[in-house]
Order: sequence, then structure tokens, then C-alpha cells
Amino acid sequence: MSMREKIEQAAAAYPDQRSAIMPALVIAQKEHGHLPGPVLEEVADILGVERIWVYELATFYTLFHTEPVGTFHLQLCDNVSCMLCGSENLLKHLETVLGIKKGDTTADRLFTLSTVECLGACEMAPVMQVGDDYHGNLDVSRLDALLDSLRAAAGRVTGVEHAAQPLPGE
Amino acid sequence: MYEPVLLKNVEVTNGHLLSSYEAGGGYQALRKVLSEYTPDEVVELVKQSNLRGRGGAGFPTGMKWSFVPKGGDKPKYLCCNADEGEPGTFKDRIIMERDPHQLIEALAVSGYAIGAETAYVYIRGEYVAAIRRLEQAIAEAHERGYLGKGILGSDFNFTVHIHCGAGAYICGEETAMLESLEGKRAQPRLKPPFPAVAGLYASPTVINNVETLACVPHIVTRGAAWFRGIGPDKSPGPKLYCVSGQVKKPGLYELPMGIPLKELVEEHAGGPLPGRKIKAVIPGGVSAPVIPEHGLEVGMDFDSLSAAGSMLGSAGVIVVDDSTCMVKVATRIIEFFHHESCGKCTPCREGLNWAVKVLRRIEAGEGAPGDLEQLDMLCKGIFGNTFCALGDGAAMGLRAALKHFREEFVAHIEEGRCPFH
Ligand SMILES: Cc1cc2nc3c(=O)[nH]c(=O)nc-3n(C[C@H](O)[C@H](O)[C@H](O)COP(=O)(O)O)c2cc1C
Ligand code: SF4
Ligand code: FES
Repeated sequence: MSMREKIEQAAAAYPDQRSAIMPALVIAQKEHGHLPGPVLEEVADILGVERIWVYELATFYTLFHTEPVGTFHLQLCDNVSCMLCGSENLLKHLETVLGIKKGDTTADRLFTLSTVECLGACEMAPVMQVGDDYHGNLDVSRLDALLDSLRAAAGRVTGVEHAAQPLPGE
Repeated sequence: MYEPVLLKNVEVTNGHLLSSYEAGGGYQALRKVLSEYTPDEVVELVKQSNLRGRGGAGFPTGMKWSFVPKGGDKPKYLCCNADEGEPGTFKDRIIMERDPHQLIEALAVSGYAIGAETAYVYIRGEYVAAIRRLEQAIAEAHERGYLGKGILGSDFNFTVHIHCGAGAYICGEETAMLESLEGKRAQPRLKPPFPAVAGLYASPTVINNVETLACVPHIVTRGAAWFRGIGPDKSPGPKLYCVSGQVKKPGLYELPMGIPLKELVEEHAGGPLPGRKIKAVIPGGVSAPVIPEHGLEVGMDFDSLSAAGSMLGSAGVIVVDDSTCMVKVATRIIEFFHHESCGKCTPCREGLNWAVKVLRRIEAGEGAPGDLEQLDMLCKGIFGNTFCALGDGAAMGLRAALKHFREEFVAHIEEGRCPFH
């Protein structure tokens, strides 16, 4: 399905096209990796809504990226439960091994490092989301193993979408 | 031993599939209401059960439903609050990932009760696995005629749509959620009008939390008296407790409403880590005022916690032990609220910005005499003066930390450093 078709299908769930802007931005971001101006304008045109409405949402919600992010977006939770379980050390470790500060992307554009608010998975604190997947009960050695597996996977994937791991029971 | 109801399917292998759900008695409540109950009778049953909202505020669910005007030419909407952004909370995620049909049946029964043909489930965008599971389950339910037109041979039509959030805690506030669903920036609306009268697209709308709705089919099959028989009569029912932080067995526990916080933390969740002592517990997500160790006998229900100066909130129970600096915890919490403030009203937007600056300097050992009084003053200026409850939650949390752990704040200022480092 083309991006236009996907967006039109999503829009059918609502009586008002404006409601479809968020789902459309999710679709567009999957397609393009991030949401630069021309993509936002295309979304507005497909839905037939004001461009400003689309810009407004793209800049309000933190999951929308108007700037490019690395192949793997490391989103480390540093809210209270994760902090109590050692997320600060994990952040320091990531900054050291990747040679970047939080908010930055590595020179090879493989990793972007961010801290995020509670991921809603505090039972497995400390937690980090990478792409679609949650990685919990992290410590320094698990983190290193995760980075290695991501680097290895990088050879096999293109773009930001990578194969999601099956859920338990699938 | 308490027998879990809400989490019954969660540990079952492949419990998320329709076949497992049906094998465990699933969709019997929907069958029952469609064949034996009028919509008003379902509302009455839920009223009788004394079910109160599990999203945070504890509002009586049956009463909320009864505010929906009868008839009228506008469609009615059911919105399920699955935004689950309150730090320390993960119960709704687990239900949706492991037992999505429980939620779908709940939506259909509740939709029937309020006269809605459409439901939107507003799920935070990070919950990719839950979203995928719910999508699969919706498709399965359509195939088997539990959703769609003329459900189970009745004249009831009902569809469920998923709307993904995109990373804004404020979308959990019900009117901000409606704005977000309408494709706008999520800023809370003025009430009245209340959503039951004019909500989504200015139509009558009921907004309920995932866990609240999940209780409904069980009330239908087991009866209102069964529900009221669990826990305190004024705030009864099975309850999901999310335990995290510095505790041996963090996890999701289903137990009766009203069990003592101490029992939950010490017995069910295994107590403190080896060699540590529990210093304090946040009982209901970071919006709930912290309770020091000597207060842990309190019952985990809306009324007992509110009498103890805290709240049940989302039942996100965060355990803090004696190795942790409370100034640091308080700072992190206020940083969170500051980050998530939608910016609509001044006391929250500016007050929290100011409070973060003062807290950060105290934590760094650069606090000045008068800083604590300044924080007290900020709490007073924020509390009760904000547009929505986000600001209140922040002020209540900070106030409690300043009250119960004032000596830690004072030590930072007097010693010019954090005594925990
Ligand atoms: C800042 C803020 C955030 C909230 N976040 C959530 C949330 O993530 N999930 C939720 O169910 N309710 C949340 N609520 C409560 C909702 O506004 C609303 O009361 C609730 O969804 C009603 O459902 P209930 O009666 O079933 O609890 C939040 C409230 C505020 C003020
Ligand atoms: S209290 Fe905060 S979050 Fe709520 S409306 Fe005001 S600025 Fe927005
Ligand atoms: S605090 Fe990190 S997942 Fe909740």
C-alpha cells in the first residue's frame, strides 16, 4: 500500500479528517524515518486539512521527529522507578561507549541517545525502548550485549524499521 | 487465598488469543447483557457494584454513565483511556498485551450500556506490543461476530478503533485526550460542559480507564454483590497494584481493594532489597503524595489513602529505600511534571519551572537559606490554582516530600552537599 492509501484507510476510522492527522504522522514517520516540512505538507494535502494543523501536532508530541534520528533510537527511561534501579549509571555508560551526550546521534548515524519519561514498564526497571521493542532489567553487561546485537543487526536492516521481536507466545 | 479475576488469563500461554479467552468463559457477559439486560439495567448494575474509576480520580462509574443524556440525534462515544503515563504504572499495558479480549468485551458491554456504537481506545504510542495485540484481537472479534453489525443476533452494532498517542502525559487527562482525538494539541478543556454531555466532537462521551472497564464484564457475570463483597464497601472490587522501585519482587499484583500497603510491599512484593530498609512508598504514581515508612499500615483504597493525606491514583506503588536521597526523588518528580506541563496555565507552567530550579540547586548542594520557604510558597501558589489536576498533583507531591523529609532538604542546604553521596 502507498503512504496515501494507508493514510486514507486510517482516516476512515474518524468522522473528521483532522482526527486522522496523528495516525497519518505515525504512518509518514514509519515511511520516511522522520517528518521534514515537505512530508508534513504531503500529509496535509492527502487529508485535505490546514498545514498549520499538521505542523502543530508534529511539534507538540515527543514521538514525532522533525529532525532525523539514528537507525536505532535508544530511549532510556530515567523516571523515578528506573532511577531507583540504576538508570543513571546506564546513561553514563551509554554516553561513554557511544562517545555522545544524550540528545545526540553517533557520527555513523547508527545510534541516537535520548532519555524518556516512564515507559510504563517499571516492573522491569531499568528499561530502554529501541525502535518498537522494550528491553528491561538492564545492567551494564546486558546493555553492551544489546548494543552488539543492534550493531550486528544494522548490517541486515535498512531505514529505521527493523524486524520487531515476536511477543512471548507468538 | 485471593483468586485473581482481572489477571486470570494473563499468565496463560497464548491467553491473548480469542480461543483461550472463550475457553475461560470469555464473551459470556456480552451474551448475557445482549439477551437479558436493557442498557439501563447494565448502568444500574454497575451503580450497584460501587465500581469507582481506576484511572486516578475514583469517580463512581455507574454515576458517570448515567449522566449520558438519553436519546438525542448525536452519536455517543466511548473512549478508553489507555494512555497510562503516570510514572510507576504498567497495569493497563499488561492487560492489553496479555488479555486484549477482556478489554474488547468490556468495551462492547459498556458501549451497549451507554448507547455508543463506536469506541476509541487511546493508547500511548510507545506500547507497540499492546497496540499490535489489540489490533489482532479486534480483527478476531469481528470475525466471530463479537464486534460489528448485529452482534450475536441482537440489533446492537459496535466497532472499536485504536488511536495512538505520541508521547504526551497530558493526553491522559480526559479532556486533553478528547482534544488529541480531535487532532489538536492536547490541552485540557474547561469543564463544564462535562464530556458525558459534550465530549468528543461535542457528542456525549464516556471516558474510562482500561482497568475500570475490565471490571464490568465480571460484574455482569458474577453480580454486583460479589464485587461489593471484595474490600471496603465504599471503594470495593479487585484491584491491580503495580509495584516497582527498590523492592525484591517488583510486578503486577491483583489483590482486593483496601489491603494494607505494608502487606502489599512486605509480603506480596517481598520487602526491601537485602541489607536495606524501606524509607518511603509512593502509593499511586508520582502524583500521589509520598508516605513515610511509619504510615505504611494504610489501606490501599480511595478513602483510606485520602484520609492519610495521599491518594490511590493509578496504584503505581513505588518503593524507596534508605540508600536513596529524597531530595533527588522529589527533584526528579517535579522535573517530570515540568516537562509534561502543557503550558496552558501560568501557575503550572511557571511555578514548576521555578520549583525545578530551586530543587536542582538544593540537590547540587548550592541551596540557600530561604529556599525551602520558597518551595512552600510555590506549592501554595500552584495548588488549587491550575486549570487541570496535573499542577495539583505536582504541588501535592512536593508538599509531602517537604513535610515528611524536611530534614534531608535542610541537610543539603546546611552541609552544602548531598549527604547520600
Ligand atoms: C495529568 C493527568 C493525567 C492522567 N493520566 C491518566 C492516564 O494515563 N490513564 C487514565 O486512565 N487516567 C488518567 N487520568 C485521569 C483521567 O483524567 C480520567 O479521570 C480517567 O481516565 C477517567 O476514567 P475512570 O473514571 O475509569 O478512572 C489523568 C488525569 C490527569 C489530570
Ligand atoms: S495545570 Fe499544567 S498541564 Fe494542566 S492545563 Fe495547566 S499548564 Fe496544562
Ligand atoms: S520509571 Fe522507567 S519504565 Fe516506569
